[in-house]
Amino acid sequence: MTIFYFVAFLSIFFALMTIFTKNPVHSVLYLVITFFTFTVHYILLNAQFLAVVNFIVYMGAIMVLFLFVLMLLNLNKDTEPMKSHLVKFMGVIAGMCLLVTFLGAFRVLETNNEFVQGHADIGLVKNLGKVLFKDFLLPFELSSILLLTAMVGAVLLAKKETRTNQNG
Amino acid sequence: MGNLLENMQGIPLNHYLIFCSIIFVIGVIGVLIRRNVIIIMMSIELMLNSVNLLLAAFSAYLGDPSGQVFVFFIMALAAAEVAVGLAIIIMVYRNTKSVDIESLNKLRW
Repeated sequence: MTIFYFVAFLSIFFALMTIFTKNPVHSVLYLVITFFTFTVHYILLNAQFLAVVNFIVYMGAIMVLFLFVLMLLNLNKDTEPMKSHLVKFMGVIAGMCLLVTFLGAFRVLETNNEFVQGHADIGLVKNLGKVLFKDFLLPFELSSILLLTAMVGAVLLAKKETRTNQNG
Repeated sequence: MGNLLENMQGIPLNHYLIFCSIIFVIGVIGVLIRRNVIIIMMSIELMLNSVNLLLAAFSAYLGDPSGQVFVFFIMALAAAEVAVGLAIIIMVYRNTKSVDIESLNKLRW
């Protein structure tokens, strides 16, 4: 029980460090730690498949992509453009207003003191695979098309345009 | 695994709601106060992850595996979004030599 609160504290701390650190590379590394704490949360919720996928996809693929782009654009320096203090202050105030709105909305909910009980077998690959390929077969195939489209789009966008060089 | 299950017995759903809203709000604040486009995208990832965790918590609470399948789809969508977004950032950097969001104000009124 206390593991959850400790890991939640770590998540909030490293998420705050992610958005308040000046160096972008340090920011990415703090985000990796935040995602690792999210993996621990998934394990605590008995969602083993999601924990493994989160570990591989987020901490592996997406974070390597971010770090690769940061290194490629040579942004690993402290001369990072920052907004003025007034805008920062107003941003924090606006975020806190959003948080207060959320908490006020949750007070009305009827789920006050019910406990989250992780079912031992619900998050296994066997059960999730059955649900995924029986009830969600069409969205699964559509997501494959989405990934293909994103891949083609990313390659097309990041490719150097040679046609304008020939014309000009 | 049984030990972990006993660890889970005492956490109310409200605490998951509060924790995930805090992480979401941190993501919103990150979008509002940073000017680096890459860090803004990282804040968006933070928001997506908080919603993922809340979906998984509700899935465990209701004993319904559909929530975890939704989380799986959101992860696939996030991977596609990051790939396209970073390609756009590289293209913008090639044109303006900067990742400052203020350099993209051509469409502002």
